[in-house]
Amino acid sequence: MEIPVSIKEVQAGLLNKKFDATQLVNSYLERIKKYDKEINSFLTVTEERAFSDAKKVDEEISNKAEKAFSEKPLLGAVVALKDLYLTKGIRTTAASKVLTDYIPAYSSTVVKRLEEAGAILIGKTNCDAWAHGASGENSDFGPTKNPWNKACVPGGSSSGSAASIASSFATFAMGTDTGGSIRQPSSFCNLVGLKPTYGAVSRYGVVAMASSLDSMGCLTSTVTDARKIFNVIKGRDEFDGTVKDFPKSNSGKKKIRIGIPKEYFTEGLDREVEKLALEASHVLKKNGVELVDVTLPHTKYAVAVYYIVQPAEVSSNLGRYDGVRFGNDREAFGDEAKRRIMLGTYVLSSGYYDAYYLKAMKVRSKIIEDFEKAFEKVDVILSPVSPTPAFKIGEKANDPLKMYLADIYTVAANLAGIPGLSIPGGFTKNGLPVGFQLLGPRFSEDTLFDLGEKYQEETDWHLKRPNLEK
Amino acid sequence: MVKLTKADVKHTAHLAKLKLSESELEKFSKQLSSIVDYIGELNEVDTLKTEPTSQTTGLTDVLREDKIEVENCLTQEESVSGTDNIHNNYFIVSRVLEK
Repeated sequence: MEIPVSIKEVQAGLLNKKFDATQLVNSYLERIKKYDKEINSFLTVTEERAFSDAKKVDEEISNKAEKAFSEKPLLGAVVALKDLYLTKGIRTTAASKVLTDYIPAYSSTVVKRLEEAGAILIGKTNCDAWAHGASGENSDFGPTKNPWNKACVPGGSSSGSAASIASSFATFAMGTDTGGSIRQPSSFCNLVGLKPTYGAVSRYGVVAMASSLDSMGCLTSTVTDARKIFNVIKGRDEFDGTVKDFPKSNSGKKKIRIGIPKEYFTEGLDREVEKLALEASHVLKKNGVELVDVTLPHTKYAVAVYYIVQPAEVSSNLGRYDGVRFGNDREAFGDEAKRRIMLGTYVLSSGYYDAYYLKAMKVRSKIIEDFEKAFEKVDVILSPVSPTPAFKIGEKANDPLKMYLADIYTVAANLAGIPGLSIPGGFTKNGLPVGFQLLGPRFSEDTLFDLGEKYQEETDWHLKRPNLEK
Repeated sequence: MVKLTKADVKHTAHLAKLKLSESELEKFSKQLSSIVDYIGELNEVDTLKTEPTSQTTGLTDVLREDKIEVENCLTQEESVSGTDNIHNNYFIVSRVLEK
């Protein structure tokens, strides 16, 4: 059967009996068996679970027809979860040898909400161990390959989530974004990546990286799918005190103003990436959006702030892995985890706390002020996601600082707690996909979705799929 | 240029409860030096009148209702299911006090 590309197509196909959920699961599994040995996007494939979920979906549709889909908005959509999301009874590794055999006794809030909404679980995806990385190469279970060019990285840390959807192994995937880990792999793999507002989606039951930055979001083919999933996963959760109910939507405003931040279009930005981002802004301009120049003067400090705050929180969160209650002991940490634990411990240690950690928290305030000032003038900011398209596997592996610097356009949104939406914006001469991102004020997701949908009505980049036979 | 000596790295590893080999000490002292040097560029920013930010939600004192819901609780077996190193459903830990 022909693989549907979006939740909308999946549900239309199920309702019109073009295929049933069991056949759908079967075709995804066939593709996984055929291609994933090379791509390495899954750490665990939950074949039995997928078939039993599918059977329930088929029964519900035959009993309730259309009504089944209004009761369960994700009914029949097949999901791949980054292996940071705890799944009761199903191994969850965080792609680290520390958790090789860890089987959680409970599921994360997001997973429960997806299940209640009718999604079918097909497996757990590879990623940089503990979500530490921007290439997928830091996985303790081997790197994931980019389906568009297998010599390249798929981006990270949600590497397997991105590669699995680009390869049509599932309908959508969940990822986590602490400094760009959903948006950047989405950009490298021609997908829509949503990093929600910090505090919109519960983090409960997801292996913690940096608790003041972690955001749970999705990787999809269309903006409409991202909106649908977001509406399922958002909202208060008594297990995460940072989450509040989503305020009433203020989207639907007539004239939208988009800011182009000059600090994001400077030296170090690949010319093709720059051109594609600007072209995307012009597509929106033609559709009635006004483009305005804005300035975010502290942008150049965002990576430095991020690589203090984030490892500090990492060192604290990874302190719990002592091998006593679950998992293996600390000897099992890989290089990058050790590096971040060391860096975090150093900036928090006596004599350095004020110079590094406190200073970073203050510059974080400056970065937030930049955005607040910009959002007085504009509704949304448009920028590239990553300074380059997907790079070669191994290219930056031995130079951690070089790898960190590539996070320049994504980390600020996490520091400010604002939402970001990465959208496919075209291809380089060499056939690599490139995305652009829309950033908005806290809880402005609906405005980002409106603009993203408008863009995808005008373009068809998001419908292109790689040829895995190459 | 900030320089983390091997002794600095060793001390930090001790604080973080990580055992590092000689070659790791060497490698991390080089890599961490260059990263710490880079993050030091924040000193250029005037933050004399700036308050630090530790979180972005603005929420404080978030409480939930003080009630127990059985479906949200783990059984004792479930709570120790992550390890084989248990005794009568208790975790076995290393001794912290000397006799």
